[in-house]
Amino acid sequence: MATVSVRDARKNFGSTPILHGVNVEIGDGEFVVLVGPSGCGKSTLLRMIAGLENISGGEIAIGGRVVNTVPPKDRDIAMVFQNYALYPHMTVRENMAFSMKLAKAPREVMEEEVQRAAKILGLDALLDRYPRQLSGGQRQRVAMGRAIVRHPQVFLFDEPLSNLDAKLRVQMRSEIRELQQRLATTTIYVTHDQIEAMTMADQIVVMNAGRIEQAGAPLALYDRPANTFVAGFIGSPAMNLVPGEISDGGFRAQGGALLPLPPATPANVATYGIRPEHLVLAEDGIEARLVVVEPTGSETQVAMRIAETPLVGAFRERITGRPGETIRVKPDLSLVHLFGADGRRL
Amino acid sequence: MSTAAASTAWTKVRQQPSALARLFDNKAFLIVVCLLPAVGLLMTFLTYPLGLGVWLAFTDQTIGRPGVWIGIENFEFLFEDPIFWSAVFYSVFYTAVATVGKFALGLWLALLLNQHLPMKSLLRAIILLPWIVPTVLSAIAFWWIYDPQFSIISWALMEMGLRETPVDFINSPWSARWSLIAANIWRGIPFVAISLLAGLQTISPSLYEAALLDGASPWQRFRHITFPMLMPILAIVMTFSIIFTFTDFQLVYSITRGGPVNSTHLMATLAFQRGIPGGQLGEGAAIAVAMIPFLVFATLFSYFALARRKWQQGESND
Ligand SMILES: Nc1ncnc2c1ncn2[C@@H]1O[C@H](COP(=O)(O)OP(=O)(O)O)[C@@H](O)[C@H]1O
Ligand SMILES: [Mg+2]
Repeated sequence: MATVSVRDARKNFGSTPILHGVNVEIGDGEFVVLVGPSGCGKSTLLRMIAGLENISGGEIAIGGRVVNTVPPKDRDIAMVFQNYALYPHMTVRENMAFSMKLAKAPREVMEEEVQRAAKILGLDALLDRYPRQLSGGQRQRVAMGRAIVRHPQVFLFDEPLSNLDAKLRVQMRSEIRELQQRLATTTIYVTHDQIEAMTMADQIVVMNAGRIEQAGAPLALYDRPANTFVAGFIGSPAMNLVPGEISDGGFRAQGGALLPLPPATPANVATYGIRPEHLVLAEDGIEARLVVVEPTGSETQVAMRIAETPLVGAFRERITGRPGETIRVKPDLSLVHLFGADGRRL
Repeated sequence: MSTAAASTAWTKVRQQPSALARLFDNKAFLIVVCLLPAVGLLMTFLTYPLGLGVWLAFTDQTIGRPGVWIGIENFEFLFEDPIFWSAVFYSVFYTAVATVGKFALGLWLALLLNQHLPMKSLLRAIILLPWIVPTVLSAIAFWWIYDPQFSIISWALMEMGLRETPVDFINSPWSARWSLIAANIWRGIPFVAISLLAGLQTISPSLYEAALLDGASPWQRFRHITFPMLMPILAIVMTFSIIFTFTDFQLVYSITRGGPVNSTHLMATLAFQRGIPGGQLGEGAAIAVAMIPFLVFATLFSYFALARRKWQQGESND
């Protein structure tokens, strides 16, 4: 168990800068999720922490010790790869015991550790199988078992669930979270899926194009996104971000809609943000034309247009209108997000 | 009820297929037709010569005189023949030493080429050269290299002052045997290196990264990841290499013709020597037939000892 500090970390591949000075502070026993679109440098950062990529600039410290030049095996970390990287010619038992075998651990210790991890992960019956004889979810568990037996200071996960089907993904999500809470090991988890990030993290770090956009607790990011990128990335369905300007006593959106503003708004608003679930049906609302109605049972998602401005709404009520008909909606003014021309929250 | 009625109403008028079409729909007929060309070629060019060779081994046929069946007399004669036994010994020795040499050097080269080297593809092309050159051509090159007077190696060593006299490569039995093995290794390395390189490239880099995190040293990564993962392709390449080396003919026959004093005869060169220039077709065939048990043994060995590992695809989990 240890803290992890990333200070002004930089990475170039050849002459191409990929990470432009990243700062992350991770507390002891914390579950941190690095989230961001594909290609933003999440895996690169994780691999720099693991020691699989060298560090072009800045500093990475694990448990207070700067590890820039420490080889991977001495960093006391364990990593779960996206493709699991199980050794195909070794049984589940051998896969899990491999690191101990290399460290010349006594046979009884190895067997005890493997049994303990197998019990935690429900792999008892599979110890003599080869990886190819396992399902995706079971392979995933073996990869985690291989990490657990080493009692590392830090767990690193690189998109561990992206090869699983949707249902298994939800199940493994809570299993990983539960395991982490039980072992209380500092964990850094990379994903491009913001729902995974929201549901699992103590702290979310949102990355984009080699920079950190915002870091904080999941609900803090949801409630107060620092900029339009985070606002659009966190939350599902995504927040409506409507460009426009203040005029006529409201916010005149591109496309013609006049949206109401909360009191005491600054004058330099350039983007108006409202989450679909924060639009409400109201008799005194603005008239909106239905474009697509998608009932999911628990709520109804609606794509609509106010004048020519497209908006998405998510309502608890069931909406029976057909495309072309109109409904009346208004934003919950206490939950409107306003952003300046530079994309920052006002 | 209603669906049945509806479907009868929609039944399409079926046309009777022609007799020819029906013939080609017949599975048994189709199998015979499709196999015929392959079976014909195999019979003409493989089974017939092999059968003829085996039959000759049991006759006393010479060139120009049809032989009669003499049973195992040829083999009895060979059993007493020290030159035959020397050829058997050298065939086994040649195959064993050359195979070890080819695989040690080939694996080493493959590992080198699997690293990130500048001009990697050019290097790979160069490595393939010895294999592309026709054997007889490289044999002639070696013939010159091993020449008692004009050998470039002798010349270089003498120029550097390391030797007073030319090196004797092929004029005494043991140096000739080793020289031929060296030439065979040189020729065989590319095949081994390129095949093993292909095998190396199928190993996922993330396995090495996982092993790195698990604390494996470079030697341990080779020992526990590279080698076992390379085993399947190694087994196949080695089987082929052993068979080709054991049946080698061109290299030895072009450089030494089995000399000096029959010391470098392989079974293949001795069979040819006795059969064609010597005219004793029956005896030559018997030597060739005597190679079969060795080849069968090599094939069985690779089939059983180096057979598919359990972790590979396509085996039941018991
Ligand atoms: N070994 C490499 N050489 C060159 N470019 C790389 C290498 N690895 C990753 N990149 C580039 O770095 C960027 C970030 O990659 P990565 O960290 O894998 O993104 P992701 O956030 O999807 O995990 C990508 O644009 C990728 O093309
Ligand atoms: Mg990635």
